[in-house]
Amino acid sequence: MGGAALDVTRLSAGYGPVRALREVTLDVPQGSVVAVLGGNGAGKSTLLRAISRTLPYYGGASKGGSVRFGGAPLHTLTADRVVAAGVSQVPEGRQVFARMTVQDNLRAGALGSTGGRAARAAALRRVHGLFPVLAQRAHQRAGLLSGGEQQQLAVARALMAGPRLLLLDEPSLGLAPMMAARIADTIRQINAEGTSVLLVEQNAALALRLASRAYVLEVGEVTLSGPADELAASDEVRRRYLGVVDEDAADDAFRVTEQAGAAGPGGRPPALTRWVGP
Amino acid sequence: MTTFIELLLGGVSLGSVYALIALGFVVIFRATEVVNFAHASLLLAGGYVTAVLSDDIGFWPALLTGIASGALVGAAIEFLVLRRYRGSDHSVLAIVTIGVDILLVTDLTRRIGTDVLAVRDPWGDQLLTIGSVSLAQTRVAALLVAGLLITAFLLAFRYTSWGVAMRAAAENAGTAALMGIRLGRVSLGAWAVAGGLAAVAALFLTVFPTPGLERATSLAALKAFPAAILGGLDSTTGALAGGLIVGVTESLATGYQSDLTFLGRGLGDLAPYLVMIAILLVRPAGLLGTKETARV
Repeated sequence: MGGAALDVTRLSAGYGPVRALREVTLDVPQGSVVAVLGGNGAGKSTLLRAISRTLPYYGGASKGGSVRFGGAPLHTLTADRVVAAGVSQVPEGRQVFARMTVQDNLRAGALGSTGGRAARAAALRRVHGLFPVLAQRAHQRAGLLSGGEQQQLAVARALMAGPRLLLLDEPSLGLAPMMAARIADTIRQINAEGTSVLLVEQNAALALRLASRAYVLEVGEVTLSGPADELAASDEVRRRYLGVVDEDAADDAFRVTEQAGAAGPGGRPPALTRWVGP
Repeated sequence: MTTFIELLLGGVSLGSVYALIALGFVVIFRATEVVNFAHASLLLAGGYVTAVLSDDIGFWPALLTGIASGALVGAAIEFLVLRRYRGSDHSVLAIVTIGVDILLVTDLTRRIGTDVLAVRDPWGDQLLTIGSVSLAQTRVAALLVAGLLITAFLLAFRYTSWGVAMRAAAENAGTAALMGIRLGRVSLGAWAVAGGLAAVAALFLTVFPTPGLERATSLAALKAFPAAILGGLDSTTGALAGGLIVGVTESLATGYQSDLTFLGRGLGDLAPYLVMIAILLVRPAGLLGTKETARV
């Protein structure tokens, strides 16, 4: 399973008049894990949908720029051709087909596969190896699985098409820390088997451990990018996404509050004057 | 007792024909979330082709052509009309199908005029008699054919790739697209299948004891609406149950009409709707329909 590089160049996209992505440029080298960090509404999901060409199903559209995979353009294709080209996406919030059995979910994932029966059987063996629980629950309705199992199913379903690049949208969303760590291990394993990964995450600590390179997306634009370990060490990322409080800054903030409090009426703690009353 | 068994069997047979129509209705709804008000005209189109051609090219070729035409008309509606509105609200699409229905029915009734087009079917008005119970052969054929088609359909829905694609698209179109499922093809297929099934149903609605295809045949097709609705709009098994309930209710109400004269005449036509209302009062999502639920 050879990888191929993904090149996103000056990609813009939006929903109606709302511009959600502004000239985003990033690349995923062959065989690597690349992370995209950012808060809610930063355009992370839009980026993945623009790559997988599923924006129209969410009322959006690409508005310029190009996406190339192994040199061939993806931005002119329909969603099924993107899958056939070897790019599969795991959607945000898992989105398993809840009323279908686990087995049928995996079959649905294989519908976009270009390989024959043998390739599909091999893909099924692979995902059952990665996620043994899915083999045990093959005949259960997917809606009855736990959140972690559903996330495993969502990843497995995307792998059924035999992708060379996997797009992962917030795989740790709503999972217990232990389950998130297990998903992370699986992503590492999938990557080791030769599939490139573009990982979109709010859980920056987890994403930066997995990725070799990372991009920070803010209001639709790339504001920072670089090797994952450098970003993990940078103050900006530590403060904003890793929840590490910069001590000097915290002291400053504290001092400001103190002064404000001292200057307030009667030395009371600072409050909006409107509510303090006469 | 004999009367009751005859009426019951007749009702089950009629119900299986309604189930065919309702099944197509449900398939379209599941694949595209469109309530297809043009279903009656789809049925009329298939039935018209069968009836007109059966004189010239014989019954079986005519039936096959009729089924193919039904499928083609269904696919054409999807491809030429509904596809242009992709992304529109589903209620807008439902209203578009009303427009399509008016156009098709107007043209077909113009062609049919005041005629009654008899279908040259191999069963004629012969009866099948077992003991004291006798049933029209057409009714037996309807039951067998509908049973066979419905079984084949349900198996395909469950086990083939086509069925998996259809169910995936019904559950979540955006995610299905991520799997590489071609949604356009899925909805085209749904409309074609529904058109074909409707054409088969049209045949059994126009043979004995009905004199033939006439303008009013599309009204008979309307009874599949309560069948689909009371079964639950998105449930294939619900369509079967609904079809049978409507068929049996209609048959019994018509058969025992003379005992129920205090309710006035024409109870048979009314009964399916009464049953539908009664069931929806108890189960608003239909017998087997999915309840609207939202997870917060």
